[in-house]
Amino acid sequence: MGLSALTISEASTLLDKGEITSVELSQACLNEIEAARELNAFSWFDPDLVMEQAKSADKLLSNGNTSSLCGIPIGIKDLFCVRGSPTQAASKILEGFRPEYESTVTQKLKDAGSVFMGKLNMDEFAMGSSTEHTVYNPVISPWRSKGSEKPLTAGGSSGGSAAAVAADLCLGALGTDTGGSIRQPAAFAGVVGLKPTYGRCSRWGIVAFASSLDQAGPFARSVEDIALLLEVIAGYDPKDSTSYKGEVPKYSNYLTGDVRGKKIGIPKEYRLDGMPGEIEEIWEEGKIILKDAGATIVDISLPHTEFALPTYYVIAPAEASSNLARYDGVRYGYRAALDSNTNIVDMYKRTRGEGFGAEVKRRVMIGTYVLSQGFYEAYYLRAQKIRTLIKKDFEDVFNDGVDAILTPTTPSPAFALGEISDDDPIKMYLNDVFTVTVNLAGLPGISVPARLDSKGLPLGLQLIGRPWEEGDLMNLAQSIESNVQFNHKPQRWW
Amino acid sequence: MGLSLDEARKVAHLARIHVEERELPDIANELSVILDFMEQLNEVDIEGVEPMTSVTPMKLRLRKDKVTTGGEKDLILSNAPLPEQGFFSVPKVVE
Repeated sequence: MGLSALTISEASTLLDKGEITSVELSQACLNEIEAARELNAFSWFDPDLVMEQAKSADKLLSNGNTSSLCGIPIGIKDLFCVRGSPTQAASKILEGFRPEYESTVTQKLKDAGSVFMGKLNMDEFAMGSSTEHTVYNPVISPWRSKGSEKPLTAGGSSGGSAAAVAADLCLGALGTDTGGSIRQPAAFAGVVGLKPTYGRCSRWGIVAFASSLDQAGPFARSVEDIALLLEVIAGYDPKDSTSYKGEVPKYSNYLTGDVRGKKIGIPKEYRLDGMPGEIEEIWEEGKIILKDAGATIVDISLPHTEFALPTYYVIAPAEASSNLARYDGVRYGYRAALDSNTNIVDMYKRTRGEGFGAEVKRRVMIGTYVLSQGFYEAYYLRAQKIRTLIKKDFEDVFNDGVDAILTPTTPSPAFALGEISDDDPIKMYLNDVFTVTVNLAGLPGISVPARLDSKGLPLGLQLIGRPWEEGDLMNLAQSIESNVQFNHKPQRWW
Repeated sequence: MGLSLDEARKVAHLARIHVEERELPDIANELSVILDFMEQLNEVDIEGVEPMTSVTPMKLRLRKDKVTTGGEKDLILSNAPLPEQGFFSVPKVVE
């Protein structure tokens, strides 16, 4: 096994003992990134910049720095502003943009001495569930169905992050999750992905999609690594007005393995007609694991679940249409080439018409429509009210003593690239059916690999927790992880 | 609910997105499918329900009205597509 396949905690121990250096570890990752160009997981990287950081990290380590992330190679979704590095949100409209500032969470990673490996591919502006809607080439999953060479999706929108961690291109990665964009790709790629409580990680310096739903979070190969990453990236930030002031616990201390007496809810509304049998089976297995570990399993109801997707697809595009108004061809990024007598409105329209991809245009137009005069109450205000009801569904079960909710992460395993046609947006949206409720309610959610299906593709289980209780949530997730012993890696074909 | 071509044209204009006339039927159709999907929201009884305006129960913080940063003209303009003499530039808006 190469160094790049280590978990963060394993690598950190070896670095602390001086048995390996960050230069060796980072070089091993660079070699893998070079060899895996076909996956299109990284959209940009700079070997010199990587080595420079690795050398600094080695200096810190030899001076006794014991931060668990010091010297650890981490990939960053293209949605985060990293000072001086291309940041495009996988959109043509941000062509050439190199931010002069750093997002709060990537700054925290740098302060901890981690090595920024480069930018990871994604769906444009995080709008999508397959990482096909990108100005770069689509991400190809390192996983393939048994006996098939058909390229599969790594999920989306953080598909590059999931693929990079699964294919050992880096030890951990950052993604963002607005409706499932961390958990769904994590499930498809057989890695762990956490969406923290809304407000836990600062949104400052992250290209905004839907501000009341967006949340940054980590990808890694173990729950313990997720805890180590969250400890660093979480925390109050005065630059984000919705940032949470509460303290950040030492999450790794929560991973005791003791889940006795925890009450786990199984929501009946998540049992969908036509759901593959294997999804039902992993859900059942998850229940048994937690029950055997001493948790109590209870049936619960979240009655407004079926309205979550349409609610999301009113609110998210509405916020997106407002957030994306800033891309006007004036201050940064792409500007359409025009003749001298073009007026300013045409300049905006041409720039945005040429700069945005099809899915982004679609969502901006939907958002514009639902916010426009005469429709605001019928769509947006109504959706905001239903969002209250969806959140209340969760509050009610938590008030009844439920500690966490167990569901499958996705209604299906990874699908083939191109399988979901561009003119059937609703079909693509259905991928988020189990994850989107969590964003609407602002809750933390984690996806852990459960097992491979009959075709050899990973399936994930999702745990949804109480607000701010990521520690307990990760402890439960680790209980599943240690029981299923998911040690599968994609068969290397690239 | 079907969106007419006129409505699709109008929404594209409001969104400041240029679309060719020949693209309009497809766009109207795609948007109609999504709007149809949203129609299910009409089944929910929302009588007396407050709209959700804050994800977590917190008051929006206020800060002192004090300048905290500034004087970074060159950095701000460094990403502008067509900066001119220390300014952003746009097509002529006043005669």
